[in-house]
Amino acid sequence: MPHHPDRGPDPRPNPGPNPRPNRGRTRPVHPWPLRLMHWLNATAIVVMVMSGWQIYDASPLFGFSFPGRITLGEWLGGAIAWHLAAMWLLVLNGVAYLAWGSLNGHFRRRLRPPGPREVWRDTILALTFRLDHRHGVYNAVQRALYLAVIAFGVLAVASGLAVWKPVQLWFLSDLFGGFRASRYVHFFAMAGIVGFLAVHLMLVALVPKVLPPMITGGRLSEDAP
Amino acid sequence: MSDALDRRRLLGRALAFGALSVLPGCNYDNLQHPDFADRALRAMSRWNDRVQAALFDPHTLAPTFPASAITRPPRFNAFYDEAHVHVVDGASWQLELFGNIAEKRPWRLADLRAAPQESQITRLICVEGWRVIGQWGGVPLGWFLRRIGADTKARYVSFRCADGYYESIDMPSALHPQTLLALDFLGKPLTPPFGYPLRLRIPTKLGFKNPKSLVALGVTNVFPGGYWVAQGYNWFSGS
Ligand code: HEM
Repeated sequence: MPHHPDRGPDPRPNPGPNPRPNRGRTRPVHPWPLRLMHWLNATAIVVMVMSGWQIYDASPLFGFSFPGRITLGEWLGGAIAWHLAAMWLLVLNGVAYLAWGSLNGHFRRRLRPPGPREVWRDTILALTFRLDHRHGVYNAVQRALYLAVIAFGVLAVASGLAVWKPVQLWFLSDLFGGFRASRYVHFFAMAGIVGFLAVHLMLVALVPKVLPPMITGGRLSEDAP
Repeated sequence: MSDALDRRRLLGRALAFGALSVLPGCNYDNLQHPDFADRALRAMSRWNDRVQAALFDPHTLAPTFPASAITRPPRFNAFYDEAHVHVVDGASWQLELFGNIAEKRPWRLADLRAAPQESQITRLICVEGWRVIGQWGGVPLGWFLRRIGADTKARYVSFRCADGYYESIDMPSALHPQTLLALDFLGKPLTPPFGYPLRLRIPTKLGFKNPKSLVALGVTNVFPGGYWVAQGYNWFSGS
């Protein structure tokens, strides 16, 4: 097992003259379960957001509606059917991701919560196009964004359940302040996810070399962090 | 092929094809010729019916509210506008009973008035996302079903309305203590736009599961469907 520098000093005794030779061995930048879950999630999010906009249009919370061209389902009944079908993909895939990421150390290794100074420094570097990207390492801006969207996802699911089942899941409904307040929370969680997606896609467009490894896996030397 | 197997096959196919390949589809635009997406979404909707039935707790009550929270003026809603409300003659009206019921003698308004009454201030949530609070009074449906000797082990209670609307609910929800055959709204007899002379009031389900101006009630094991369900809304639609 390779040693990761961010895990602190190497606790193992000096391995002696013949350590297990790692040279030349590689592992993927993004292991296949992560890639699979990422693209299933992207599919689920697109369906959830577009059908959600159609549902919103039946009774708008604000002074605007979403144009039919960018919604899914064509009418309220169709949109609800999409939304409550895709919700299973979103939730099951999301639970799998959270379990996978916490059990195998992925979150600890790659998504360590950044401090505000780090985020500030990397934001400035990114805005001035000086932030360089190493495969397999997320900078502070990325980590902040990924953790935020995971939180928005959890909030969207919890508030969505509160809107769907305000009687049976009354504790969730109460948590968000009742049926109407739950609808607002659900809307803002969606807005957070869509806002993330806009920045996420912009960053991928700025550093396009990160995209192929998210599809094919990519190659990383065993010695890389 | 059995219904369950059929459903599993469809689900499997839906997963295999992935949601994106069916995106241009489902809108239930042609019910005689459902496309692949229509059928996959219907299968998921039936699965959601089962999940909601499992989630339903007969002892969990819908919230009740103080009189000051009542929505005024009340909001009219139907599949037609208020000018086209069907007006029922209360004197000749009766509620027909059909299906797995021991005593099928029809009930008149006076019979229902003589039955035990309950009143509650509850929230009606519409499938569209708005909600209103109102006060409804009438005969608990559970009491009524036992009184007429209904088979309370049957799966569905079915309703038919004077305007052609129809609906059905699951038996556990029908026996829920807050489910009423409502005669009164806001302390007075129902008016035609709000379902005179008798409507179902079920605060554990969405608004469209509360049919108005009832003319018949049945108990059955054969899925009776509903006006909106036939067009694609989820059947259980519990809150
Ligand atoms: C649909 C277009 C999308 C594209 C092209 C895309 C692309 C990518 C790429 C290339 C990475 C790896 C970045 C790197 O290695 O530095 C990544 C990671 C990530 N993306 Fe996306 N993404 C998309 C949609 C989404 C959506 C909708 C979400 C969530 C709402 C999302 C959440 C994430 C997260 C949380 C990570 C980090 C995963 C981890 O390592 O645990 N992505 N994405």
